[in-house]
Amino acid sequence: MTCKTDSSSCGSGGSCGCRSGSEAAAHDPVDAGRRWFMKAAAAFSTTVLGPGVTLLAFAESDAAHAKPADQPVSSKQRWGLLIDAGKCQDGCTACVTACSTENGWKTTGHPETDPQWIRKLTVTSPQDGSSFSMPMLCQHCAEPPCVDVCPTGASFKRADGIVLVDRHICIGCRYCMMACPYKARSFIHEPLEDQKPYAPRGKGCVESCTMCVHRVDAGGIPACVEACAKTGNAAMIFGDLNDKNSEIAKRVATYRTTRVRADLGTEPGVYYQNI
Amino acid sequence: MARITFQKLDDHSPAFWGLLAMHAAIIAIGLGAFFYMEHHGHIVTGMNNAVVWGTPHVFAVFLIVAASGALNVASISSVFNNLAYKPFARLSGILAISLLVGGLTVLVLDLGRPERLTVAMTTYNFKSIFSWNIYLYTGFIVIVAAYLFTMMDRSVSKSGKATKVMGWTAFVWRLALTTGTGSIFGFLVAREAYDSAIMAPLFIAASFLYGLAFTVLVLLTMCRETQQELMGDEMLYKFRNLVMIFALAVLYFTAVKHLTALYATEHHGVEAFILRDGGIYTALFWIGHVLVGNILPIVIVAFLAGQGKLLTARQGLAAASVLALLGGLAFMYVTIIGGQAYPLELMPGMQIKSSFLDGEVAQYSPSLPEVLLGIAGVSIAMLITGVAAKVMPFLPRGTELEHKAA
Repeated sequence: MTCKTDSSSCGSGGSCGCRSGSEAAAHDPVDAGRRWFMKAAAAFSTTVLGPGVTLLAFAESDAAHAKPADQPVSSKQRWGLLIDAGKCQDGCTACVTACSTENGWKTTGHPETDPQWIRKLTVTSPQDGSSFSMPMLCQHCAEPPCVDVCPTGASFKRADGIVLVDRHICIGCRYCMMACPYKARSFIHEPLEDQKPYAPRGKGCVESCTMCVHRVDAGGIPACVEACAKTGNAAMIFGDLNDKNSEIAKRVATYRTTRVRADLGTEPGVYYQNI
Repeated sequence: MARITFQKLDDHSPAFWGLLAMHAAIIAIGLGAFFYMEHHGHIVTGMNNAVVWGTPHVFAVFLIVAASGALNVASISSVFNNLAYKPFARLSGILAISLLVGGLTVLVLDLGRPERLTVAMTTYNFKSIFSWNIYLYTGFIVIVAAYLFTMMDRSVSKSGKATKVMGWTAFVWRLALTTGTGSIFGFLVAREAYDSAIMAPLFIAASFLYGLAFTVLVLLTMCRETQQELMGDEMLYKFRNLVMIFALAVLYFTAVKHLTALYATEHHGVEAFILRDGGIYTALFWIGHVLVGNILPIVIVAFLAGQGKLLTARQGLAAASVLALLGGLAFMYVTIIGGQAYPLELMPGMQIKSSFLDGEVAQYSPSLPEVLLGIAGVSIAMLITGVAAKVMPFLPRGTELEHKAA
């Protein structure tokens, strides 16, 4: 019998005939070389890949929140985003592309009717001409006007602050689109095919950013945040605003942040820095 | 006062059948337009992610607003005890129901998922003004139907008490209904063009005018069909006065709405757009709404119609009514579509650009299917009224036209 695993993970307790690691190293010169290779690889990954991995781990450290599927979401969490416009590069659309790929929405060259769950804004001051770039998406408001006006309750806010559309009871009245101050919602104007199982989009319904709820519930982070980190800009942070030890809560507590149209009292869950 | 007798349409002229057939054909075409839009999605309409409510909503809201106003004549007779209006109370009631059904049909057929109407009827979010309106609309139909019953049932109508109670109920309900319809817009904090409590009284004033205009035009049509004088000179004079008062009320609330907004600097942008720089919306506001819809009807009935003038009182009232309705459509277009075309203020004081056309005036051109669906709503209302007048005695019996000069 030939064993293709080491004995610790084989699970056969050596009955398959494979030897323990120390035994093998002592008797087999080839294994010494392998040990050197493993050491070198570990050193390489620590020095070269480490920062990137740490960045991702950093983002995910707030997201150690995988929820069992049979458990309801809790208001103990308040998921939110912090977007640093100072780090957001003009012309970079990594977050938009990632969202589109993740959730299966596509642009067809008709911006009037195409869905845009997330878009890049170029904001310019008419006084001095200075400008900056920032992504705009559903602001996942604590007091969402879209939820208030929806006649059937299809627009709803989860206990953890994520605002979603229940596509089973959305009648396509589009009143939520009239009410949203952020133009964050799109109406599906055309028949669709090949939707993602976790983003069951369909003609005649309204949709918007879900904060990648399928990822968040599985302990992950939104695709846009992940993509932004990969570019090295790291302009977006996802996390639990209610957790004082989370990176996002610390930053919101430390730096001056702004919420778009805060004057409307919608209490967005998306914070911006340097706008 | 002489006893009022009522009649249903018995002898039908080819014109009557022609009119019914025309409305049936328009409804069929409207349904075809609906199926076309339903099959292909809203991509075949002029609507988009910025102008999400298009021409069907213009017609739907117009008809719903007119519906509550059409009940005025009945309300004046039952609530304000003005017996001169009593002969027209039944027609007023059935017209109110018909217009509402026409408007609601258009509204429902413009939904993204119209087959989910049952969801809308069974799953409610009671914080939504839309939900309240579902109750206000269905309640209106039930209450006005009961009101008609109290007017038309021989035994119930004898005492007049039930009619009075239902008349009051319907009157209060219709005020609530139009308040609710106006508040669909008034509650939209994000939209600068709407976010105002004055939308409700403005819509109520508009409903008085449009409802009266529909009532007058239906009555005049029925005069031709019955070959009877259904509206005497006294009623012509009363309706003429009402047209002037209602049109003045609409102008007053319109002026207050815009002058209030003009006072606040933050609204200067949207006001400049509607009143000065908005192209089609500015033209529709000044020419359509203000001039054609309100000033001309006042001028016509006040100065151009009557004995020895350009038009007879009847012609003047008819012309004023047609213009008021056209102006009403213009008012709805400016309100609903103009209000959406003006860009959202995401970052007040800053200029914004994006792939989603932020910061730009949204483009919208009505597509043919949308217009056809909207017009079908008017035809639904007229067909119901015509058929109702044939099967039940909704019309007062007048004097034969041959014996009276028009």
